[in-house]
Amino acid sequence: MTDSQTKSAADTARVSQMSVVGRFFKATELDTRMLGMIGALLLIWILFDVFSGGLFLTPRNLWNLSVQTASVAVMATGMVLVIVTRNIDLSVGSILGFVGMIMAVTQAEVLPAIIGFDNPFTWLIALLVGIAVGAAIGALHGYIIAYLGVPAFIVTLGGLLVWRGAAWWVTSGRTVAPMDSTFRLMGGGPSGSVGAMASWIVGLIACVAIVAMIVSARRQRKRFKFPLRPVWAETILAAVGCILVLGAIYIVNIYYWPVGIVRKYIAANNLEVSETELLIAHGVAIPVLIAILVCIVMTFMATRTRFGRYVFALGGNPEAAALAGINTRWVTMKIFIIMGVLCAIAAAISTARLNAATNAQGTLDELLTIAAAVIGGTSLAGGVGTIAGAMIGAVVMQSLQSGMVLLGLDTPLQNIVVGIVLVIAVWLDSLYRKSQI
Amino acid sequence: MNTITDTQPLVDMKNISISFGGIHAVDDTSVDLFPGEVVALLGHNGAGKSTLVKILSGAYQRSAGEIQIDGSEAVINNPRDAKAYGIETIYQTLALADNVDTAANLYLGRELLTSWGTLDDVAMEAKAREVMGRLNPRFQRFKEPVKALSGGQRQSVAIARAILFNARILIMDEPTAALGPEETAQVSDLILKLKADGIGIFLVSHDIADVFDLADRVAVMKNGQVVGHARTSEVTKDEVLGMIILGKCPPGATPGPGAVPS
Repeated sequence: MTDSQTKSAADTARVSQMSVVGRFFKATELDTRMLGMIGALLLIWILFDVFSGGLFLTPRNLWNLSVQTASVAVMATGMVLVIVTRNIDLSVGSILGFVGMIMAVTQAEVLPAIIGFDNPFTWLIALLVGIAVGAAIGALHGYIIAYLGVPAFIVTLGGLLVWRGAAWWVTSGRTVAPMDSTFRLMGGGPSGSVGAMASWIVGLIACVAIVAMIVSARRQRKRFKFPLRPVWAETILAAVGCILVLGAIYIVNIYYWPVGIVRKYIAANNLEVSETELLIAHGVAIPVLIAILVCIVMTFMATRTRFGRYVFALGGNPEAAALAGINTRWVTMKIFIIMGVLCAIAAAISTARLNAATNAQGTLDELLTIAAAVIGGTSLAGGVGTIAGAMIGAVVMQSLQSGMVLLGLDTPLQNIVVGIVLVIAVWLDSLYRKSQI
Repeated sequence: MNTITDTQPLVDMKNISISFGGIHAVDDTSVDLFPGEVVALLGHNGAGKSTLVKILSGAYQRSAGEIQIDGSEAVINNPRDAKAYGIETIYQTLALADNVDTAANLYLGRELLTSWGTLDDVAMEAKAREVMGRLNPRFQRFKEPVKALSGGQRQSVAIARAILFNARILIMDEPTAALGPEETAQVSDLILKLKADGIGIFLVSHDIADVFDLADRVAVMKNGQVVGHARTSEVTKDEVLGMIILGKCPPGATPGPGAVPS
């Protein structure tokens, strides 16, 4: 008891010397690095908005941005685990291409012959086949890396070539289209979005979850008499979280269906309204919901489970992890299996969005995925990284790309800018880390 | 102290051998340890003492020999097996995962779980605060990754991890190499406390001054073999130094296979 009293006295003394800003960060325990990243993202958005004459920060563009980010964001969450354990995966784009092709062939050519066209289970079977293939590829990579001791760089460099070649080989280079109508919902678009009402419900559930998490963490800490955050700090965190969520929902809910699609909808339902009067909101796109769900599951896995703890310990000190009795090889193999599954989910999203599978699909996605993870604060030296950071990193990468398209920049110039931004971001991050320790 | 020999040894490592690429790092080596006893394993760098204790802690697999614990043969194929026998090790490198916090390191590989099967971080932190409070009362940096801690604090984390799970056999590999005088004294106090609790301790060191006063017995190794065993009450520091450097066994010691014939 005396210990905790002297400690809190010392803490108060330290806190009173800090500025208002310092006190705020101390009390809320916010990750300043993450805030910096969000700040940089907002800056990018505002700059693009100014230079494009207000085209960037529109509900339509932000909605599109969210859909375009989904596929890379899903893979980036897995890349965090891979990079945290000092590995790399150069093959994710090729796996995406190959698995996308497998799923397309399954639903467009194999299943119709067995269960007929437009079977309500076609999408599910295709998706499960894809996930199984992705997991198998990941398991193969993981086995070679963890048990045969071939460096991940080499194994996945080989995988980059092998799976790209395999994607071509499945249909001899032919593009497969169209996709099953239910499967296509995973790609977004007006029908692949959940609409206004469902979006508000999702938003409210998220708000309840935010508050519940803060309350339960506080109760836990109280149970063990740990130092608590001040109530005002908790309240601010909950309020900001809820406002952000509801704000995002509001934005996707004021992006309405295009007139052409509304016209078709009116015709199909024999409605007596003019096409300009009927405003149907998109709401949150299904691929975005998938990506958010993946983010939540992966964050849970990384921070709340034994497996996640082992991943970080392994990245921080592989020898210590092994001496602590952790089966480091199996952990490594599991990481690559997860990566394979996430590639399959990303392949479903991008195949559905394109309504086709091509053998070039996902080309260079491995670099976007690695860049998203690294910009999101994952250290290539291992041991450090967050799933949420990688998601924001993916949004940053996609914002740059679509912003430059809006500005009408030539493709070569776009690549030059993305490359420079990547290097500067990692440099700034290393400066930040040095200042921390 | 003389009554110890009457009881059954806690650990009996018999004729242990291991080689790496044709080099016999440990060659036909036998050491034993009794409850409440401190045995110092001495020798130059590369004498094989760290390798020998790593076989006991499950980090290496022996190529020949037998390990008995409480008189029956023990199967130790990995660190997890060793921990199941109550063997805890404080490695020279400390073997901490630098990027996670104190509680995560203390429970690494043996995490406490909630009834949902998720990590019970709060319970682990509570226990960490309790154990660290005993070892190092001023320590308060529970939220920081251990790489942010000082050398002495890191050492306390490694020691706390070893005593957290009711160890019966403790291996300390150069436990005070990175410590200042005050912290070294703390570790010495701790060793005496643990010894009084009936824990058997192997102290591995290349520096006789560190361990001579703490140890009940010494076992000196040279080139992977045991030069000899001796009770610290029956030999002098200089004689033990002679064993380490020259491999010569003094009259008070029992010669091993590595002793130079005199």
